[in-house]
Formats: sequence, structure tokens, C-alpha cells
Amino acid sequence: MKTKLSSLRLWLVMALAILLWGLAYSALQPLSSWLVYTALKMPADSRLAESLAFFLYDVPKILLLLSGMIFLISVLRTFFTPERARAMLGGKRQGLGNILAALLGIVTPFCSCSAVPLFIGFVESGIPLGVTFSFLIAAPTINEVAIVLLLGLFGWKTTLIYIGSGLLIAILAGMLIGRLKLERYVEDFVWQVQLSQPAEDDQLTWEMRIQRALDSVRDILRKVWLYVILGIAIGALIHGFVPGEALAQVMGKKAWWSVPAAVLIGIPLYSNAAGVIPIVSALMEKGASLGTALAFMMAVVGLSLPETIILRRVLKPQLLAIFVGTVAIAIILIGYLFNLLPLA
Amino acid sequence: MTQIKILGSGCANCKRLEALTRKVVEEKGVQAEIEKVTEYPEIMKWNILSTPGLVIDGKVVSYGRIPSEQEIAAWLTAK
Repeated sequence: MKTKLSSLRLWLVMALAILLWGLAYSALQPLSSWLVYTALKMPADSRLAESLAFFLYDVPKILLLLSGMIFLISVLRTFFTPERARAMLGGKRQGLGNILAALLGIVTPFCSCSAVPLFIGFVESGIPLGVTFSFLIAAPTINEVAIVLLLGLFGWKTTLIYIGSGLLIAILAGMLIGRLKLERYVEDFVWQVQLSQPAEDDQLTWEMRIQRALDSVRDILRKVWLYVILGIAIGALIHGFVPGEALAQVMGKKAWWSVPAAVLIGIPLYSNAAGVIPIVSALMEKGASLGTALAFMMAVVGLSLPETIILRRVLKPQLLAIFVGTVAIAIILIGYLFNLLPLA
Repeated sequence: MTQIKILGSGCANCKRLEALTRKVVEEKGVQAEIEKVTEYPEIMKWNILSTPGLVIDGKVVSYGRIPSEQEIAAWLTAK
């Protein structure tokens, strides 16, 4: 009886939270304009006012979107664990295995700090190397923060293009790595690890799922809020002060070298989706093309220096170089593809 | 004497889990030995795919997240 009551209360609190969220979200646009043009009495045609209004609208909007959507995504993700992904991938061959691994990489909660245990646990239980890489490429590239930022700043079309491209890269790069038979370039200790019986899966109630989702919202917001503010601030300055189409020459479709340059700059850049997507959004408004922007975002988000350093623990330098090289080339090809396609 | 192992290679969450565990052990007055396991071959003997992991008396009680103080206290006093 007591648990019934508390679960009823939980659902009531959730309903109230959704209502408040909706009210806050719809109040953002009028509130930010009022603040800038009425309260601060800034002239409507000033660039600074435009940048400020943009900033004051986008920061709370993205933070609200992040908290709401990451909550939903996190609840969904309590149904997927790396352990379950491994069980599903066991015995799968190249090809189908790569596709499944990339898809599971999207929905399974993943932190690059756990890349090494995940890698060892996958290959030791007999999952092919290429299939493991498909998972390890998709998981960081198509992450919840990137999806929310893309939806909030670009709309669903670009979000789907990004997810589709990320999947394609993860599947193709994983298949190629699988074909090359590179098992000898995995650090030797990995093959000697003796795995015990996997730990039991937790049996989760809805209360626990909601509690864990709230925990992950708090963790993620704590990690990205500063990047969101900085990214949007830079984006707002570009929006207000860089003349229209100024970047078409260097980051537009006609500059063929802009795609590889975007990837080369993007790989070592240490940021996350929250910092980079608002800037890219402003760059596109000033003439950067979709393919170049996409390539830059994917290089920053999907291939990070810290993760590469972590993976060095289990991959010999040759395999690490092939991994980074393959993914970089795949991103460049995707960039060219979207610069050539007659899209948005 | 309770044997506690914190599995993790030194990431931020692993340190937070260690601090939290020490706090609970102290508050509850549990006689415990806390060991940090940071080498991957050792961590992987427990077959967890995400860190940090918490092992109490030879059993993995949680992995891939930081449990709450109440949860840790319950595990420590349950046995």
C-alpha cells in the first residue's frame, strides 16, 4: 500500500514538472526580447542588442531542452546496458554485427572513461574486432547532448542527417577494420584477461529508472553547462558581428580543402557537442556549408584526443593510427557527400 | 572485516565513489578494508563493462554509476 502511494506521488510530481517545463519553455522568447528591448532599453537595430537577445534566448532554451530531453533519453537508456549490448552482439558476424553494434552504440549509455573495460569485455567474449569498433565509433559520435543541441539549433532534418552519417561511418569503418584482420595489434594482455561470470543485471522499478535518469541529467548538466554558455556566447557574437556570407569563401561548398581542414582542426580540439554545435550553427548562417560543418562537428565529437589516449592502453600504435585514420577519412567522405548533394 | 574494492582506473567518478564509500564506512562504523583496483587486467577479472565498480566481500554490487549513500549503507549492513 505504501509503495503504491509513493509511486502515485511520483507520477504527480512528474506531471507537474512537465507542465512547468512547458510553461518556462514557451515564456523564453517573449521574456528575452522584453529584457533586452524593454527593460534594458536597447535600440532594436543595434548589433549588440541582437547578439544579447540571441544569447539570452538560446542559453535557457538549450539548458531546458537538455534537462527535459536527457531525462527522457536517460529513462529509455535504463533499458539498455553495455552488458545487454554484449549479450546481443555475441555470435554475430561481420556485416549484420556491425549494423547492430552501431545501433546499440547510440542507445547504450556510454562514457569514454569506460572505453577500455568495454573494449576488453567485448573482444574477450568473442565479439569480432570490427564489430567492437562499430560500437566504439557510434557511441561517442551520436550522443544525447549532440542530439539535443542539433534538434534545438538546427531542427530535425539536420539531426537525422547527423545520426544517419554517424551510423554509416561507424558501420563502414568497423567493417573495414574487421576486414583488415588487425587482431595482432591489440595489446597482448587483452587476450589474457580471464573474465568471470558477468555481474547480475539490476532489476529496476520505475522509481529507480526515474531516479537514475535524474542523476544522469544532473551529471550531464554539471559537465556541459559552461560549454553551452561559452558556445552560445561565441555563436551570438558571430551571429551579430560577422557580416552575412563572410565565410562562404573559406567554409563554403566551393572551397574543396575546407572539409579535410575542418576534420584536421576538429580531431585535437578538446570540446564537446555542447560547446561546438552552437558555434557551428552560427558559422553555417554565415555561409559555411552543411558538409563542412557536419565534418567539423563529427571530428570534434566523435574523435577526441582523451579517448584516443585512453584507447592506447589496449591498442598498439599501428591499430590506433588505423582507427583514427579510417574514421577521419570516413568523416571527410561524408563531408564531401553533403557538400555535393543539393540539400539545405 | 568487510573487504571493499573500488574498481576504476582513476576517472573522476571513481574518485567520487571512493570518497562516498569511505564516508559511509566511517558513518556506519563498519570494520572495512578498502582497496582501489586501478589496473585494467585486475578490473576486468570482475567482468564489468563500465566503471566505476563497487565490490563488497567478493560480489559486484554496482557498476557504471555512483550509487547513493543509502544504497551503499544498505549493502554494508545487509550482510
